[in-house]
Amino acid sequence: MTEGDGLPLARVTPAESFTAVLQAHGLTPRWDGTAGTSALQAPDGTTVLAFRLADSVIMAGDRRATSGHLIAHRRVQKVYPADAYSAVAISGTAGIALELVRLFQTELEHYEKIEGHRLSVAGKANHLATMIRKQLPLAFQGLGVIPLFCGVEEATGAGHLYSFDIVGGSYEEIDYAATGSGGRDARLYLRTAYRPDMDTDEAVDLAVAALVAAAEEDTATGGPDMMREIYPNVALVDAAGYREIDETRVAEAARHALGSGS
Amino acid sequence: MSFPFYVPPEQLMKDRAEFARKGISRGKSMVAITYDEGILLLGENPSRTLQKISEVYDRIAFVAVGKQNEFEQLRVGGIRRADITGYAYSRADVTARSLATAYAQTLGHIFTQEVKPYEVELMVVEVGQVQGDDTIFRITYDGTLYDDREFSAIGGSAEPLIAHIGQGYAPGMTLQAAIALAKESCLAVADDNGTSGWEAAILDRAARRRAFRRLGAAEVE
Repeated sequence: MTEGDGLPLARVTPAESFTAVLQAHGLTPRWDGTAGTSALQAPDGTTVLAFRLADSVIMAGDRRATSGHLIAHRRVQKVYPADAYSAVAISGTAGIALELVRLFQTELEHYEKIEGHRLSVAGKANHLATMIRKQLPLAFQGLGVIPLFCGVEEATGAGHLYSFDIVGGSYEEIDYAATGSGGRDARLYLRTAYRPDMDTDEAVDLAVAALVAAAEEDTATGGPDMMREIYPNVALVDAAGYREIDETRVAEAARHALGSGS
Repeated sequence: MSFPFYVPPEQLMKDRAEFARKGISRGKSMVAITYDEGILLLGENPSRTLQKISEVYDRIAFVAVGKQNEFEQLRVGGIRRADITGYAYSRADVTARSLATAYAQTLGHIFTQEVKPYEVELMVVEVGQVQGDDTIFRITYDGTLYDDREFSAIGGSAEPLIAHIGQGYAPGMTLQAAIALAKESCLAVADDNGTSGWEAAILDRAARRRAFRRLGAAEVE
């Protein structure tokens, strides 16, 4: 029952206690390749973006995963709730990124249940940065993961947005961030159209339009697929918590973006 | 050279049980009552920060009485076990039954093997899709596992509490009625009249994922 731990004070961080027991049971995710191998072509998730509004943060991602020049999956979800008041979006090697998100979600929930309260937004971002840093050997083999993270501080209602780099650097953004192969195009679009005082409706339109712009320029980014009814995932975090924007609303934004954008 | 005195096993178990019971009866009891939209967990607790009710998993909660450092260790162990099962397999694979048997085995082992038994009693509670599927497991200090229906109680005055709740309980009662019944039962068996504060939480049957929610003072009063 108490395997894998010493006295409670020996475990410095409560969330780590979960990882420590996972390690003791041999359940920690590991993808160690032999040195110098990079022939592996695992599916890549591509463009995700996020931006801050007055009292919330919007996060959106396209749905495509590619393997080289091939489309590997059409309906990948890249925007996830990290806990009730934060969201995480992923780009990079999809399989590893999805597992990282699952571990991140579990560790946040684990911390919350053990301690009786949630981590601060900065605490969550730092924890995610540490998880990315641990993936550094994999990043050298071309299996990198770069997330975006946003959350709302429950006490103050202030929204925060963090971007990361491949070595686990974490940067708090004051306006917007995008990552993945189409991230550059999405950022360019956001640079001209973003205003911090937008309302939620305008923000959903902008998020989808920026993804459409990225899909126009980048083959690895999937645009809205009207025929198969595949639309981007858009989520919002505000003082009331994490919520996904309804798909019919996103579809409307997508039609709007395609109508005026192409 | 000295030889240890021979103590017959009956006497040994009796002494240990008495020791544990004495420790447990020093604190206040806790109750669990199923109602139409979930399960209510309630008890007297003067502290706002040291809690006896805790979330374990999506639809599972943990309630304890007795020595805080001992049940805290069990609580953390249970959360860890549930989180690992859910992570390794799927969230749907975490069950109260598996957790309750693990607790029963742990407490049973400690009761017979360790220098002193744990002075704790536990409930592992899981809310079902319908009221008939609700499960309330009760585990005593010696690792005995009870499967209670509809309502249960732990602590020094568990038996009179269960009897008292049984008189006022009706299947399908509302949360308000359950709170009133729980409070009234707790006060009826208490030696003193004044309450120093309530600790209460619910497992909400309609919740999509995490069903556990603490009730504020205003909701209980």
